[in-house]
Amino acid sequence: MTTILLNGVERDFDEDPSMPLLWAIRDVAGLTGTKYGCGAGLCGACTVHVEGKAVRACQTSLSAVEGKEVTTIEGLDPEGNHPVQVAWRDLNVPQCGFCQPGQIMQAAAFLGETPKPSDEEILAAMSGNVCRCGCYQRIVEAVRHASTGI
Amino acid sequence: MLNYLEPLIESAVANVRLAKVTRRGVLGTTGAFALAAYAMPARAFDTYATGAASMEHGLVEDPMVFVSIDAEGTVTLVAHRSEMGTGSRTSIPMVMADEMEADWARVKIVQAPGDEPRYGNQDTDGSRSMRHHIQMARKIGGAVRTMLARAAAEQWGLDPAQVTVEMHEVKAPSGQSLGFGELAEAAMAQPVPAHEDIAYKSEDQFRYIGKGEVQITDLHDITTGNAIYGADVILPGMKCAVIARPPVVGGKALSFDATEALKVPGVESVHELPYASMPTQFAPLGGIAVVARNTWAATQGRDRLEIEWEAGPHGGYSSEPYMAEMIATSEQPGTVARDQGDFDAALAGAAKTFTGTYTQDHIAHIPMEPPAAIASYTAEGLEIWAPVQSPYTTRKDAAKALGLDIGQVTVNVTLLGGGFGRKSKADFVTEAALLSREVGAPVRVQWTREDDVKHSFYHTTSVERIDVALDESGKVTGWRHRSVAPSILSTFAPDEGNVLPLELAMGMTDLPFDLPNIRCEHGKALAHTRIGWFRSVSNIPHAWAIGSCVGELAHELGKDQKEMWLELIGAPRSLDLKQAGLSDDFWNYGEPMDEFPIETGRLANVLNVAADGIGYGQDLPEGEAIGLAVHRSFVSYVACAARVKVVEGRITVPEMHMAIDCGFAANPERIQSQLQGAAVMGMTVALHSGITFEDGAVIQSNYYDYDVVRSDNFPAVVTHIVPQPFSVHATGVGEPGVPPVSPAIANALFAATGERRRHLPMGTEA
Ligand code: FES
Ligand code: FES
Repeated sequence: MTTILLNGVERDFDEDPSMPLLWAIRDVAGLTGTKYGCGAGLCGACTVHVEGKAVRACQTSLSAVEGKEVTTIEGLDPEGNHPVQVAWRDLNVPQCGFCQPGQIMQAAAFLGETPKPSDEEILAAMSGNVCRCGCYQRIVEAVRHASTGI
Repeated sequence: MLNYLEPLIESAVANVRLAKVTRRGVLGTTGAFALAAYAMPARAFDTYATGAASMEHGLVEDPMVFVSIDAEGTVTLVAHRSEMGTGSRTSIPMVMADEMEADWARVKIVQAPGDEPRYGNQDTDGSRSMRHHIQMARKIGGAVRTMLARAAAEQWGLDPAQVTVEMHEVKAPSGQSLGFGELAEAAMAQPVPAHEDIAYKSEDQFRYIGKGEVQITDLHDITTGNAIYGADVILPGMKCAVIARPPVVGGKALSFDATEALKVPGVESVHELPYASMPTQFAPLGGIAVVARNTWAATQGRDRLEIEWEAGPHGGYSSEPYMAEMIATSEQPGTVARDQGDFDAALAGAAKTFTGTYTQDHIAHIPMEPPAAIASYTAEGLEIWAPVQSPYTTRKDAAKALGLDIGQVTVNVTLLGGGFGRKSKADFVTEAALLSREVGAPVRVQWTREDDVKHSFYHTTSVERIDVALDESGKVTGWRHRSVAPSILSTFAPDEGNVLPLELAMGMTDLPFDLPNIRCEHGKALAHTRIGWFRSVSNIPHAWAIGSCVGELAHELGKDQKEMWLELIGAPRSLDLKQAGLSDDFWNYGEPMDEFPIETGRLANVLNVAADGIGYGQDLPEGEAIGLAVHRSFVSYVACAARVKVVEGRITVPEMHMAIDCGFAANPERIQSQLQGAAVMGMTVALHSGITFEDGAVIQSNYYDYDVVRSDNFPAVVTHIVPQPFSVHATGVGEPGVPPVSPAIANALFAATGERRRHLPMGTEA
């Protein structure tokens, strides 16, 4: 049994403790905003926050987050109005949208730590998140846009 | 530290601001080339023929099928095309809403299930959504607005011509008004007016069309994690399945042992699926499926399967010898597909000749969302939820595989986390359907990224050889292009190594150059894997070869790239099929040639726009240069000007200008996003995308050996959209941005380093 604080609510997972957090979130908790893209820590689609830090949920076992605070895209802001989410909407960033929850979670954690990033810092922070549709230009601009509002 | 970061960001900002704030800027950047804008008829628009009518199940233009209005005034519009990122689920309804004078804020979009007899063709492919539906959407919107006006006029005892419709309201001259909701019932009871009887908006009256100010339909859901993709539907009692598929197409398991797999907690059962042999069509490859309580258990179970595979007839497929064989074929005369003038005579009389051979590995689409689908089989029938580009084909395929009547199958279309042609082929959906029947419960099939990389319907691998004859003065007198590539046809019919004429018509036989002697030939190549289509299809290798060859000729002749291109394109004219040695029914992306001619003036124009935009001709520092390429595909014209900069031995592309002439631009903001995306995907094709085979199996597996362009090396794209009135027909946008990118990068790389690369992918090292 693993207990985590998922989006502010305590939740027990009666699963193999080696199960990646990604599948616990998606298949067990039924929160599908966190995406599977590679299962190997290479694409960032599964990015969530653990204690406020961006982690790849596909590379994090349930046991590693025992007793910790886990936030998914659904829990980032009660109204969905985190400055990063607002910036994403202001710039009409997505194409297919599939990578975007991961991009947003990555950007939100990054800006939490680095509220006024340089351009180099933005590019480096976001380079682990693949967007096959190629929205990078708008993603980077949205991060800058959000950084003026955090 | 990469020192190109500053201009990259600056440029990105400028561009986004153009789109968001000064919309005129997006269109205005090409102002010098604008046609005299917006002299339009005030009433009915002139309709024109497209290929829509000849698509399977054609076009449905009945407003009753696509529009409903409730008593509160909510206008519900049906999106019948799949949304995979191009914006069709926003843009087509937006056109309807505009003609209807509906307030976009009060419009709701619902997704149609796969039902072509009801909605018309739903195959979201070929950059056809706007091209085939802009007239239909205007007609439907205009018809509903007319019906609302007539219903109000009837109530007021007025002539319908006396009332106006504006932003969800019908108004009388007296100032009286009725909302859409109040009129809904009476309006929907009106007869549907004929096209001639509808007073359409003039272009200056458009509220949303052409503005690019509408947010995409699913924006809020996407940014909050509530958007539903293929794997996101949760059904009570649903099982999760992953499948071990034969590494070689046409292979099968000789034996397998599931003992250890079944010991994994959560694994419930293991099933062998029927195997496919080539031509597979869209049938699943077969294999051993592990069904479990969750995806993790299923993948753990699959890892523990012991399987002895038999490779089958394609176990000898290895890319290296195959490529050598294709090159040898390209050195021999092939089957002639276009013969204009006398190339042999031109070659015999040439003062000088040039030969370039350009090759390409396979490509896998790797949409961000790997294939996933949900199926629920019960006594009543089969219900499917899936991210598919062609839901009606999916429905037919699933019905056939399970021996059901098509009426017993429902296909609900989720959002697609990218498609690029992969999700036209619903093998993964049929897998879920078969397994649901087997286990008697709803099943979700999840492909891992490795599954996706290793079991795709691959973009063809190819050899393109171009021989050029030149006279004393350095003028090109003859052009022969030989193409050798396994064909898409091999996925559908017994393979004889021949390509489809339409594959050649994608940028090879439709060559618009002003040359007296042109010959196009193709050689045989037998397929040993499933060949599919990838965003822009055969245009990629053809544009790659032609564009690279133009760059090489420029260098050989001491001309600049732009001059060389313009000389070859020649004077503005429409390609004369007869003179070109092509048949009257030459394939033109399914469009009538008289309505969508091949216009060299538009081709040259976009090249000029992109070149001027990037400042072609400027002096650049050592290790930095601009490359140009232009290509017509999907009846659109796109030029790419790419600035390549070698930074610490690494190829970077800090800046790209993409210029498109896609006729009337219904939603410039989504056109811009498609071109930004095409620039990135084109650059990925240029530098990264290579799928290769060894003993019949794909070598690559995941992003570590099949990578893509990322945010640390994306091009800042400036998009130029040539402004055109509605009378210049809307064409394709999703695909045509990709083909010119790789030759532009290759030409820039050569100019920067003096090294010519003739194989895709070129690699990331300079
Ligand atoms: S799914 Fe976790 S990094 Fe790709
Ligand atoms: S928006 Fe499609 S992958 Fe990023």
